[in-house]
Amino acid sequence: MEIAMSIVIGIVFSVAVYMLLSRNIIRVVLGTLILSHGNHLLLITMSGLQRGAPPLLNFNEESYTDPLPQALVLTAIVIAFGVTAFLIVLVYRMYKEHELDDLEDLRGSIDE
Amino acid sequence: MSNLIFMPIIVPFFIGALLMLFAKRHRLQRIISGAASIVVLAISIYLAAAAFQNGVITAEAGDWAAPFGIVLVADSFATLMVLLSSILSVACLFFAFTTISPEREKSYFYPFYLFLMVGVNGAFLTGDIFNLFVFFEVLLLASYGLIVHGGTKYQLRESFKYIVINVFSSALFIVAIAWIYSVTGTLNMAQISERVAAMDQTGAINIIAVMFFIVFALKGGLFPLYFWLPNSYWGPPAAIAALFGGLLTKVGIYAIIRMFTLIFYHEPLFTHKGLITVIAGLTMLFGVLGAVSQFDFKRILSYHIISQVGYMVMGLGIFTPLAVAGAIFYIAHHMVVKTGLFLFAGAAEKITGTSDIKQMGGLFKTHPALAWMFFITAISLAGIPPLSGFFSKFPIILSGFQEGQHIISAVALLVGLLTLISMMKIFGYAFWGEQKHGEAAAKLSIGKMLLPAAPLVVLTIVMGIVAEPVFNYSLQIAEQIMDPSIYIESVLKE
Amino acid sequence: MKPIRPNDMMLQVTIRIVAIIIFAFSFYLLLAGHNSPGGGFIGGLMTASAILVLYLAFDVKSISKALPINFEMVIGLGLLLALGTGIVSMILGFPFLTQFFDYFQFPVYGEVELTTALPFDIGIYMVVVGAVMAIILRIEEDDI
Repeated sequence: MEIAMSIVIGIVFSVAVYMLLSRNIIRVVLGTLILSHGNHLLLITMSGLQRGAPPLLNFNEESYTDPLPQALVLTAIVIAFGVTAFLIVLVYRMYKEHELDDLEDLRGSIDE
Repeated sequence: MSNLIFMPIIVPFFIGALLMLFAKRHRLQRIISGAASIVVLAISIYLAAAAFQNGVITAEAGDWAAPFGIVLVADSFATLMVLLSSILSVACLFFAFTTISPEREKSYFYPFYLFLMVGVNGAFLTGDIFNLFVFFEVLLLASYGLIVHGGTKYQLRESFKYIVINVFSSALFIVAIAWIYSVTGTLNMAQISERVAAMDQTGAINIIAVMFFIVFALKGGLFPLYFWLPNSYWGPPAAIAALFGGLLTKVGIYAIIRMFTLIFYHEPLFTHKGLITVIAGLTMLFGVLGAVSQFDFKRILSYHIISQVGYMVMGLGIFTPLAVAGAIFYIAHHMVVKTGLFLFAGAAEKITGTSDIKQMGGLFKTHPALAWMFFITAISLAGIPPLSGFFSKFPIILSGFQEGQHIISAVALLVGLLTLISMMKIFGYAFWGEQKHGEAAAKLSIGKMLLPAAPLVVLTIVMGIVAEPVFNYSLQIAEQIMDPSIYIESVLKE
Repeated sequence: MKPIRPNDMMLQVTIRIVAIIIFAFSFYLLLAGHNSPGGGFIGGLMTASAILVLYLAFDVKSISKALPINFEMVIGLGLLLALGTGIVSMILGFPFLTQFFDYFQFPVYGEVELTTALPFDIGIYMVVVGAVMAIILRIEEDDI
């Protein structure tokens, strides 16, 4: 299962990098979004995909799952949410100001 | 006592949240944020003194014992960095009072500023690697807010690139954290260090080390990942540019030094002497060449950030107590001086209305105080004795020759020379020559602007004249961080 | 060109009911969050989506009149609340963010576990609602 997940994560990362390298700003934003999804999958996979009860004392189960990656993923999701929201507003404002959505046109010159 | 470590994080956080409630009353905001930054400065002085006398102080959030909960560690290195960042934040905040327009003040300038301090102080103090990531994100989110603050066309365009690059490096940061968690099974930095030591630093661990290096090199502006820095630091107002130039890249450098002295110190031939030293040399060289080729006040200073970040990393790369002490001294010197220079660039831009040094001139005649203060900080940056720049570069280059690293030491000397050239270029174009700004601009009083920057100038002189105690302090810090057992024992209480 | 106002009575009638259901579920998620799935972040997103659905069905002006809230202020209040719970434990002499919990008997409801994590979660909830709404309204406002 971990191997399958690793392949999936690899595909997600390559899609994200491809999107990040494109010229359209919306695609770049979507690329960062997909990149964060790849991250979250990686975080959850890296401790091993176990099945079991939550690690609380009153469950009396045989196996327990590691709660830490889940806490990390939750935190990472919240952060990615905040950053993406900010980025979308920024892209919107940038488009309003420049009326351009192609990064090739947004390079800027040295002397301005 | 131990709760005091939380204070440099909580006070700005609380005040920042409070200031969001009455964003439109900018005078009240000034008073409260100014008071808060001075309180943080006082606390950080006390913390630095306490850590100097009593050794490492730790605090556990939520009363969870060390390897399980999040722990804050205030050793001498962390407290020194918190102290420096508090000094800079006070200087830049008071500079902002006189330069930022009320419209900008009303759109949440002070909350963003204080949240930036939360992130910076937290990143210095935390002892948990995921918590380090969280504080980096707090810092970055606040910096996104500040770098685009005001929303000019240029700022919007360049901050988009800044944000995308930082989002990418944060993604790599998470990847590195996931890897180290899968290898060691813990996130507490002291415990990671213990387990890496037990495991032998080979194969996978080396890859993780390089991954962390890439992440922090992107944040710190090392070769070849510095390309985002000069353009994005040109856009925002002077107070913000000064804070960023003095502070933000140094958080990345702090993290590199922490990682490669506490955790990944077993293979110095590969990581320190190989990777880090080569990168340091290239960073210095390309940074200073960029500075020499530019004719824009702020861009020259931005390129100098890059070249000087190289010196700090070079000190780490040589990896003797003397060199690391030099690197720490250099960080202190650089943060103070670079912030000062950016503030003077802001003042000069205010007078002449441009940041192109070819269109400036004669500032020496009309504003001698500015010229003298700029002159002192500029030659301090270039490393002329008896100022702090000389006494911080000297141990790094000396230990470079002692360790037989002749090439990098020669590069460092050459870079010092080129730094002097580009500083003199600014001085020659902008301060000497015939006056190019109008009579109204010549009469502009900038005393209020120079006042917050004056302590920084005094500090660089003092750190140069009484260099010995400062150097002994950094030597003590270097010996402390190069012996990871001190850190581990005080965190895990074994 | 004048904006066309479509006749969306069906949408408005349904949304009124749907919004209430989403609100109720979001509060459930907020309160359930301590020991089971849910929490301030998820609850906050749900509430924000409920408000958004209202904005979709009705026009901005009428909803802004019905909900005269400055969402940027809500972020600040939420941060203060979340941080305040940590500071309270500090004032009492425990490390920052120490949690306390106890069981209480309520007349109708029976035994309830109350923790200091709840005000913290409510703070997060307010931050999330405030942030989402502030961002969306910021984009929405300059479109007209």
